[in-house]
Amino acid sequence: MAAISRDEVAHLARLSRIEMSDAELDHMASELDVILGAVARVQEVAANDIPPTSHAIALHNVFRADVVKPSLTPEESLSGAPATEGPRFKVPQILGETE
Amino acid sequence: MSMNYDAAVAAYEPTLGLEVHVELNTNSKMFCSCSTEFGAEPNTQTCPVCLGLPGSLPVVNGKAIESTILIGLALNCSIAPFSRFARKNYFYPDMPKNFQTSQFDEPICINGYLDVEIETDEGAKTFRVDIERVHMEEDTGKSLHVGGSTGRIHGAEYSLLDYNRAGIPLVEIVTRIVPGTGKYAPQVARAYVTELRDILRSLGVSDVKMEQGSLRCDANVSIAPISSGKLGTRSETKNVNSLRSVERAVAGEIERQANRLESGERIIQETRHFLEESGQTRPGRSKETAEDYRYFPEPDLVPVTPDADWIEELRKTLPEKPSLRRKRLQEEWNVPAKEMESMVNAELLDVVEETVKLGADATRARSWWLGEVSRLANEKEVAPTSLITAPQVAEVIALIAGGELTDKLARQVVEGVINGEGTPREVIDKRGLKVVSDDSALMVAIEAAIAAQPDTAERIRGGNIPAAGALIGAVMKATGGQADAAKVRELLLKHLGQG
Amino acid sequence: MTNIYSTAAQMSAALATKEVSSVDLTQQHLDRIAKVDGDVHAFLHVDTDGALAQAEAADKLRAAGGAISPLAGVPLALKDVLAQKGIPTTCGSKMLENWRPPYDSTVVTKLKAAGVVILGKTNMDEFAMGSSTENSAYGPTHNPWDLDRIPGGSGGGSSAALAAFEAPLAIGTDTGGSIRQPAAVTGTVGVKPTYGGVSRFGLVAFSSSLDQAGPCARTVLDTALLHEVIAGYDERDSTSINQAVPDVVAAAKRHDVKGMKIGVVKELGGDGFQAGVSQRFQEALDILVANGAEIVEVSCPNFEYALAAYYLIAPSEASSNLARFDSMRYGIRIGDDGTVGAEEVMRATRHLGFGPEVKRRIILGTYALSSGFYDAYYGSAQKVRTLIKRDYERAFESVDVLVSPTCPTTAFKIGEKADDPLAMYLNDIATIPVNMAGIGGMSLPCGLAPEDNLPVGFQIMSPVMQDDRMYRVGGTLEAALVSKWGAPLLSADTKLAVK
Repeated sequence: MAAISRDEVAHLARLSRIEMSDAELDHMASELDVILGAVARVQEVAANDIPPTSHAIALHNVFRADVVKPSLTPEESLSGAPATEGPRFKVPQILGETE
Repeated sequence: MSMNYDAAVAAYEPTLGLEVHVELNTNSKMFCSCSTEFGAEPNTQTCPVCLGLPGSLPVVNGKAIESTILIGLALNCSIAPFSRFARKNYFYPDMPKNFQTSQFDEPICINGYLDVEIETDEGAKTFRVDIERVHMEEDTGKSLHVGGSTGRIHGAEYSLLDYNRAGIPLVEIVTRIVPGTGKYAPQVARAYVTELRDILRSLGVSDVKMEQGSLRCDANVSIAPISSGKLGTRSETKNVNSLRSVERAVAGEIERQANRLESGERIIQETRHFLEESGQTRPGRSKETAEDYRYFPEPDLVPVTPDADWIEELRKTLPEKPSLRRKRLQEEWNVPAKEMESMVNAELLDVVEETVKLGADATRARSWWLGEVSRLANEKEVAPTSLITAPQVAEVIALIAGGELTDKLARQVVEGVINGEGTPREVIDKRGLKVVSDDSALMVAIEAAIAAQPDTAERIRGGNIPAAGALIGAVMKATGGQADAAKVRELLLKHLGQG
Repeated sequence: MTNIYSTAAQMSAALATKEVSSVDLTQQHLDRIAKVDGDVHAFLHVDTDGALAQAEAADKLRAAGGAISPLAGVPLALKDVLAQKGIPTTCGSKMLENWRPPYDSTVVTKLKAAGVVILGKTNMDEFAMGSSTENSAYGPTHNPWDLDRIPGGSGGGSSAALAAFEAPLAIGTDTGGSIRQPAAVTGTVGVKPTYGGVSRFGLVAFSSSLDQAGPCARTVLDTALLHEVIAGYDERDSTSINQAVPDVVAAAKRHDVKGMKIGVVKELGGDGFQAGVSQRFQEALDILVANGAEIVEVSCPNFEYALAAYYLIAPSEASSNLARFDSMRYGIRIGDDGTVGAEEVMRATRHLGFGPEVKRRIILGTYALSSGFYDAYYGSAQKVRTLIKRDYERAFESVDVLVSPTCPTTAFKIGEKADDPLAMYLNDIATIPVNMAGIGGMSLPCGLAPEDNLPVGFQIMSPVMQDDRMYRVGGTLEAALVSKWGAPLLSADTKLAVK
């Protein structure tokens, strides 16, 4: 595996919405390099014919009845919000396009 | 110098692709038990799960799975024996967990199709639209942009979020590319969405109201020079809020792309927004630096593995395909296509059919529902079917046919029923609206009219039949409108030797 | 005389005979916390009023003579990763400073229903990421055996509270060893139940497919009593197992392993394990043999890849689980001065709100899930998971339980491994395979390592939903060790650094 570059870390930091200084990016890049070097071992035994396991216990078809139950009160829903206006969460301006 | 639509499709072959999002009409949300009711006060239908509070966990609404399988079956899809939810990771403030619980490479329904018919220069022609997949996901919250101009994102000072809509079940129906439509691409797109809407409505799984956003369409369009055998770069037009807009958006994109290519520019792969007023699209986010959604199987939910028995049980409940049903009813009722369309658009086909099944004449049933009942419903701004039932309308029509009511009296009966005065019978009794059909009672009124207007009676005796109108009018007035005018005319003329 | 040095079972008996009241018992623990927690720092929040109110309610219920859970009125320390309505829940992170959940986790609901008194919230590595509790944003917890040493992690607050006699019971959560490793290094007992055995609803997720809440105490029986209270099916957790909880209390009381086959995992010992750890482990095996168990060596060849797979799967899921901490709906918000957009505020908040280890894992997980790297990293790790499960399945075909030392070393010094993430990760080498396969795991003390007089943990692993087996073996071993030592490892006479 090629060493992970500072630019790659910067890209990952952007994807995960974490601001990082140049010094932090450098530090993170060198740490990730070591960690990735260690964890890349999984490829040694991950043969094509082995199915992946996503869940520890294989359950399936767990469904809920379509029944309405009480919601939180708006006061409870908004109780942890850093800012509100009336019954809504107040957030900084949203730039860019919605999905 | 700019190329119009006809010129564009003469030079370029368009290719379509359509993605439709449908909000299911379940009582509760996709992954929690909050209500889905439209129009509630902000953040009153939210809980730890749909707010994405730390520690909360999703549980799948079984009804949503059932509805999605029904949609898949109605669209001739295979139902996957194993499907899974996946997390689509991206940040956006209207999305509480900053990932959308969706499906990725293991959707619940795959490989279907929908045949749609359009009118071409050579007559009716059927196009097959292949469905790639039908998958489940959840809706986002709604943001309100404050400050700046008119609630738009740009220039807003801050935004306000309401998560009532967050977590409402969405089904996404994705077509494969639809080649070979030529200049009919816009009509095929519209016919597809129309037919899809009708199917979803017949299944009863969604309100399918484009204007309320419970059915949303994204249109992917690309063009390539005719006979080039190539596929052009596509754009994805969002925000298409009506059937007419689907057609306009596709046509507009074909024209725009053709003009770009003609002037030597290239097409950018991007999201565009449809502008209702102009019929044009404006650019949105460029997709060239595509988001990396980092999909992975949702660890908080377990796989969906519908067994064959369940699927077959659901298949048995599938209603008749709307297009086939329309054809059948049109033939049975012998009505013109236009009339059929008005009934479908007014969402009255079901109730008219029910009225006819109760013995009413198809023409009369149609005209009562589309006419008087719809007029009163418009006045009250409610749905016609909320005012009066099919059995009540059928009863009124039966009373007319039996000569007990005239059309005019029948309108009063209908009005009475709508006002809550009871059943048609009860309204007739309470208001005393019975047709005066007793010949002797009528004869008394006729003789009184003749006595009052001897000159007129003389002219009728002399063969001036049109003069009878005045005497008939007098009789009708004397009986308070409750006589059958045709009957009065018959008796009068006979009495004066003209019968 | 019942006091803070008693076991929960003894307290339960004393409460039943009204030798002591819950209010008295709770006050004794609150006094103890006031006295020693300045040195230990096991608690992030002590809910004095709430605890006394719950104690009073438990006393009243008992006085009324109603049916009552054995643990009603017994105090407990709750790891700060579980939501308790109205009580600060920080997960050891600055991000959630002052966040008070508007709902109870299922574990808390069950504790409240049983009348267990919740004293407060215990310290932990931020979002449960760590093996030393040094990653808490609120400062480290100190090991009561030696205040310069770590109490294990991530649940170091819970284990230290038990070892310092600040609480007889505690709740932990275990993603890669966060219950068992702290238990091992503090001379306490900790159980990670079968995945799905205890509801995760309200447990703030680190790695959803690995996280499991479980009971912690100073004895195997106390742990079993608590296990019984918190375990069981929960319809709010889709991964919850809908089966009866194994009778762990009866198993803990059985004190008999005659005829049981116990497998020693060859790969979880030997090189890299501290001499005193191996020695005490071996002595414990001899005791089990003396009690009639058969010991065999078992090889699980893929366990050597478990650590690598874990450090891909856990960070991947964490990168998605922790995306919701964006300052929009709850938690702290940094840099919102009205001029910058939501995205920038998110970035600034996550920069300051998360500590270095959390950021390291988010970035690592984001990398492992990105397109182009998914198959090589996350995908391969999931395959390793399959191999580990198969190793266990094969092993459990021939043995009833598997055993190993819980950790390679005794408690290390605070700060010793702070700058070496990989060395820190090695602490969990013997505990991680259990989480990967979803099986049950217990750690109980098997003595002090001769070279440093610090506790050594003995790990017992049992198959899915056979948690009673580890209690049976653990209860037997504990009884034999206590009778050999003449007193429990942790008693009023133990030479702890905290007096």
